[in-house]
Amino acid sequence: MGRVVLVTGISRDIGRRFARAATGDPSIDRVIGVDVVPPRGDIGDVSFVRADIRNPVIAKVIAKEDVDTVVHMSVIATPGSAGGRGTMKELNVIGSMQLLAACQRSATVERLVVKSTTTVYGSGPRDPAMFTEDMGPKRLPSSGYAKDVYEIEGYVRGFARRRPDVDVTLIRAANVVGPHVSSPLTNYFRLPVIPRVLGFDPRLQLLHEDDLMRVLRHAATTGIAGTFNVAGDGVMTLSQAVRRLGTPSVALPRFAVGRLGSTMRQARVSDFSPEQLGFLTYGRGVDTTRMRTVLGFEPQFTTAEAFADFRRSVTPSVEEGAGRA
Amino acid sequence: MPEEARRRDGEDAVVIPIGTGGRPGRGSGSARPSSAARNLAPSSRKASSAKPRRAGATDAPGKKARAGSGRATGSADETVVTPPTGGEAAKPPTTGIPVADWLAAAQGAAQEVFGADWERRAAELMAFCRRRLEGDYEVDDYGFDRELTERFFMAALRPIAEKWFRLEVRGLENIPAEGGALVVSNHSGTIPLDGLMTMLTVHDHAGRFLRPLGADLVFKLPVVSALARAGGATLACTEDAERMLSEGQLVGVWPEGFKGIGKPFSERYKLQRFGRGGFVSAALRTGVPIIPLSVVGAEEIYPLVGNVPSLARLLGVPYIPITPFFPWLGPLGLVPLPSKWILEFGEPIRTDAYEPGEAEDPMLVFNVTDQVRETIQHTLFDLLRDRGGVFG
Repeated sequence: MGRVVLVTGISRDIGRRFARAATGDPSIDRVIGVDVVPPRGDIGDVSFVRADIRNPVIAKVIAKEDVDTVVHMSVIATPGSAGGRGTMKELNVIGSMQLLAACQRSATVERLVVKSTTTVYGSGPRDPAMFTEDMGPKRLPSSGYAKDVYEIEGYVRGFARRRPDVDVTLIRAANVVGPHVSSPLTNYFRLPVIPRVLGFDPRLQLLHEDDLMRVLRHAATTGIAGTFNVAGDGVMTLSQAVRRLGTPSVALPRFAVGRLGSTMRQARVSDFSPEQLGFLTYGRGVDTTRMRTVLGFEPQFTTAEAFADFRRSVTPSVEEGAGRA
Repeated sequence: MPEEARRRDGEDAVVIPIGTGGRPGRGSGSARPSSAARNLAPSSRKASSAKPRRAGATDAPGKKARAGSGRATGSADETVVTPPTGGEAAKPPTTGIPVADWLAAAQGAAQEVFGADWERRAAELMAFCRRRLEGDYEVDDYGFDRELTERFFMAALRPIAEKWFRLEVRGLENIPAEGGALVVSNHSGTIPLDGLMTMLTVHDHAGRFLRPLGADLVFKLPVVSALARAGGATLACTEDAERMLSEGQLVGVWPEGFKGIGKPFSERYKLQRFGRGGFVSAALRTGVPIIPLSVVGAEEIYPLVGNVPSLARLLGVPYIPITPFFPWLGPLGLVPLPSKWILEFGEPIRTDAYEPGEAEDPMLVFNVTDQVRETIQHTLFDLLRDRGGVFG
């Protein structure tokens, strides 16, 4: 008797690919994908249920399909894809609350895996070099994605207290990069000219998309409870990343980068949120000791390797040129 | 020559030729030097040998002029001999330096800059530049760029330390060759140059990198924050300090903080309060030795005589320094005074005898903090007595 896994947020590329990969796992019997809009790509053996996690229908889906593992990865980072900040907040926070409420009522759910992000730690000049899982943000996020995630994590912790019999795994993933990823950070690196904050060289820690898939599957199949930072080994600085990309960059004062970011957001060129500006100013590093010792997960890509793989998808011509020369 | 030697012996003075190389005349164009110039001449032989040459040189234009007038009249036979020699004499210094000479000069310059194995060194430099431009280098978890620090920061600081401040280092044997240790130092000098000098000293003499812990202001300021991270600094907080110490790094702290570097010149070499003793609890928890470091000399580089608190508050910095030279002399006022520096590393204070749990005992923490503070203060007084004068 294998597991029945419910995956939320399947319409997005990363959710769809995770669900598809999960069907290949021998310990997983069925994978059910849930989202408001159907996924665009091939979902293989995944059964898709069109449901909105913002209303109680989700509880019926869980009860009807005898779901024992819920993987929640529909927390979206950018208002652009959802159609506005209001909708984004509703999808993220209300959706997560409904999903948790449904899980709490369910008698079958044994495991809950929530894909969170290291953005909850924030970015600031007073941050320690490496955040461990026990640390919180130095300043509470006031808006946007970081605030949503912070609130969702609060609800998840509340759920874990109320249902101690359910193994709750919170994966705080570092910024995910890879050839298929479209996130604020990857869109930033795909800009023809990269704006940088003058006088700051933030440390970046990256996670390859394949490693994100693997860690979510690892958490869903092993059911080790706890909160874990997941990131590739090592850090790289923004200047290093830009130089490796070979893209021209321009250093602007912080306020100018912020202004440029909001202009680009309005023009729908790139989502440049305030927390992203903080990240690109001060950077962030997370400690991944617990990922190794407790979760027992080893990422395949280091930060530098993940970035190199991403770079090949951005500037193939540069790579070829270097190969020929 | 013998005449000159005799004169030297007799008058006990050295004749230093200036300008014309000791030859009489001031290049005024007249064939005959002035009487004053003739008296200056060291020997009559030199003067006589110089005379005909000058006469010849001044003759040439005269001849030319005559030749010109001659050409105008039509008889040019006299001019055929003289102009070519004049032209030849004028040409070589300006043009026609052979390529081989240029190459030799470049080679000599390279040798001068890079030393005997200049070809390898120059190639290394090129490779370094290429790596920097392509981002092909490593940084550690704190953003420490080892290559840049060694090849650039240290190289830039070394002449300042050796030539300007004439650093004298004592007690080097107290720096452990490996393993975690906490260097605790006094702080002074308006601008934390003492921290940079300590980093350089530890690198050059002990072969290790000192990882400084900086105030959060350091990481708030543009440029400074990027340089600090690349140079190996991190934020002075318990988490980072304990992480670095348990990794076996040599960590430097300046517990006086802004109270230390921003104190007025009248309070020089009086240690300020040592914060809450957070550095002691970090050392106790990780069981690493504390090495007290006393720095003499940094107090005098920018004597702080005043402060503009209102402007400082407006800019969000702890103080705006007023020194006898800054801001009155503008950028020139930023040149530190060349005081004589002495750095003394004291005997390590061991903490591994305590239980890690004892780090929570405030009484013990205060006692160890006081011990470190007293050690540094007494060493400062001893060093001041040893140092002859401020600039000595």
